[in-house]
Amino acid sequence: MSESVTEQPRTAFPSPASVAKQVQETRPAQAREATGAESLVLALESVGAEVVFGIPGGAILPAYDPLMDSTSVRHILVRHEQGAGHAAEGYASATGKVGVCMATSGPGATNLVTAIADAYMDSVPMVAITGQVSSAAIGTDAFQEADIRGITMPITKHNYLVTDPADIPRVIAEAFHVASTGRPGPVLVDISKDALQAGTTFSWPPQIDLPGYRPTVKPHQKQIREAARLIAASREPVLYVGGGVIRSGAHEELRALVEATGIPVVTTLMARGAFPDTHPLHLGMPGMHGSVAAVTALQRSDLIIALGARFDDRVTGQLSSFAPFAKVIHADIDPAEIGKNRTADVPIVGDAKEIIAELTEEVRGKPGQDISAWVRRAKGWAQTYPVGYTPSEEPGALSPQYVIEKIGEIAGPEAVYAAGVGQHQMWAAQFIDYERPGAWLNSGGAGTMGYSVPAAMGAKVGEPDRVVWAIDGDGCFQMTNQELATCVINDIPIKVAVINNSSLGMVRQWQSLFYNQRYSNTDLHTSVGSRIPDFVLLAEAYGCVGLRCERPEDVEATIRQAMEITDRPVVIDFVVERDAMVWPMVPAGVSNDAIQIARDAAPDWDREESEAYAQGTDADHSETGGQTDEQSDTQSDTADQEA
Amino acid sequence: MSSKHTLSVLVQDKPGVLARISALFSRRGFNIDSLAVGPTEQPDVSRMTVVVDVDVLPLEQVTKQLNKLVEVLKVVELDPLASVERELLIVKVRADATTRGPILETAQLFKARILDVTPEAMIIESTGNTSKHEALLEILTPFGVKEIVKSGMVAMARGPRSITDRSGR
Repeated sequence: MSESVTEQPRTAFPSPASVAKQVQETRPAQAREATGAESLVLALESVGAEVVFGIPGGAILPAYDPLMDSTSVRHILVRHEQGAGHAAEGYASATGKVGVCMATSGPGATNLVTAIADAYMDSVPMVAITGQVSSAAIGTDAFQEADIRGITMPITKHNYLVTDPADIPRVIAEAFHVASTGRPGPVLVDISKDALQAGTTFSWPPQIDLPGYRPTVKPHQKQIREAARLIAASREPVLYVGGGVIRSGAHEELRALVEATGIPVVTTLMARGAFPDTHPLHLGMPGMHGSVAAVTALQRSDLIIALGARFDDRVTGQLSSFAPFAKVIHADIDPAEIGKNRTADVPIVGDAKEIIAELTEEVRGKPGQDISAWVRRAKGWAQTYPVGYTPSEEPGALSPQYVIEKIGEIAGPEAVYAAGVGQHQMWAAQFIDYERPGAWLNSGGAGTMGYSVPAAMGAKVGEPDRVVWAIDGDGCFQMTNQELATCVINDIPIKVAVINNSSLGMVRQWQSLFYNQRYSNTDLHTSVGSRIPDFVLLAEAYGCVGLRCERPEDVEATIRQAMEITDRPVVIDFVVERDAMVWPMVPAGVSNDAIQIARDAAPDWDREESEAYAQGTDADHSETGGQTDEQSDTQSDTADQEA
Repeated sequence: MSSKHTLSVLVQDKPGVLARISALFSRRGFNIDSLAVGPTEQPDVSRMTVVVDVDVLPLEQVTKQLNKLVEVLKVVELDPLASVERELLIVKVRADATTRGPILETAQLFKARILDVTPEAMIIESTGNTSKHEALLEILTPFGVKEIVKSGMVAMARGPRSITDRSGR
């Protein structure tokens, strides 16, 4: 039993709702003359923004003048607006606060688009502020004009075009409120240059006017009771934990629920750290590159308890064959996620923190079925098929998984790890133990290459006392490494591990598996044959420390050397073997039952079942074994329960 | 069960709200059969009537996604049996001295009104539901239909209650 539910210490990871509450906290009402630009900066100060990542330009120029004088809002000048966006995301994901980025009109604003889309997919609380051409010029194809409100409509939670300076305080307050409450997400505020220049009065707090925005936070009691009833009746339940648990700061509540019920847990790519990896009931990550235990537990369960997860295709594989025998309790703050991909038997709309706490209370009084045999089976899968790797047979070759594993070991659970997208991202999700929320940052939904360096920068700004590692690939790193300049100049000493396999590794893996080893346009020439660019020289050109590591025996020493450098960013070029692949893998579009632990190697279910029988551990299940029997077997179980 | 559904959507009357709603339908892959917008009895609130062609399950996704839009106040699906639905049709039909009489007769049968008469053509206005207009047009077509314009469908639930009384969310 956990003691932490009732008396929760002030968490270092506030929920969006608590952040929003701070936003709403009233400072003494003050009305003063100001320009629109001053009003904007005053509003940012009043709402509690600490950091803005951005780049000035023509239309946003008026805002940068009063920003220079602000003592509470720190502006960090990035080198590309995409970097500003991802930095705001990294800041938000590491701290739980709203991240802020700023750009000028036209190309400045469109350069934010990728990061905004990324924040939308991963429910990151973010406010993007853009300058717009003067209102009289809007619609005339003026210089640096782009309809950024129209462009970002499908990728923002909400967005605004402000042409009246009097609206600025209200819109900023609303933007922070919308971004951080309910299902968090990005909000864009586009402000015309004349609105920034005109005179207005600033007063705070403004009247928020959002009659159509009422997120449901408190779950319905009846649904909680119904969920508890299903849990009590289940013999093979799994907690399918998604990023919503992290966003709502519900990790303590989750732990209490697990300890009250003993139900095994899987955490999605977005939820790594929501539940400690070292906990014995943690089966790992589900999905395309998930652990055998996590994937199989979902496939064979009779009850999936989805908490802040959205049955993404990368988790379910072929939807029609996903968890065929499971009933589903689906808890999410966004009603549109419930029933979108998988029908829910018990839908619960509300904040994960409240839902899990209430569910725990409800199940405590309800003794359920004995699930110990199921838990033993699930743990057995985890033991038999741990996520691992076979080092290359080539002598002296450096395995990328080994590098990432060592970084995790040496930097430890208190560090922050921000990954790019691709093989290194999957390995970082698999081989680093995450023990706390906010330790793992990545682009899960959008899969944005180039996320890592700027996100790590943002995280380091938000959590300066933590060690922050960017685990990057040689492809990703070349997309956004310009932010190393920002890091050096602004004293943001991140550590970058470039897992350099000289390729677009994940694409290459697919070419190896599905395109007859025809490596079309995936060779990046960053280590094999040539070093273009030389990452060590590149790092040094930026004023970072550049290190290179090419041999397994040097890995630990190099990581330790990097850990000791705290006055500037460090970039390590880990030259790794290029044929390493991410396993396990469920090929796209097929059933998760077809999981492979290595190339052409599926788990040996026959052996598993017969061993279980021999040990007498699996009284619920028939002795014949084999996958087909196993399925019909589970079906009859389900029928039993319904009878 | 028909796959056509009529949604009444109350929205804040703000710039861009129509674009938001129509874009939402297109990006989520739903076809709009018709869409009509206008002011309501409440200031700053507009009402859209959207006819969509989807099955029941995707319809639920449509309404949930609509409800997520910050400027959407309420979404109600109208039961066709418990609501009135009307669209406006204006049709320009070829009509000379010999055909004017029969066309006029047709218009009267359909309780349609004549808006404009010239030596070669007439404009006829009709309100009603889609099937009435299909029937009217079927009869007018042999005379030579030169131009058709239709409003989107507008609809309202029968009975004493107002859409604002009902919990739509």
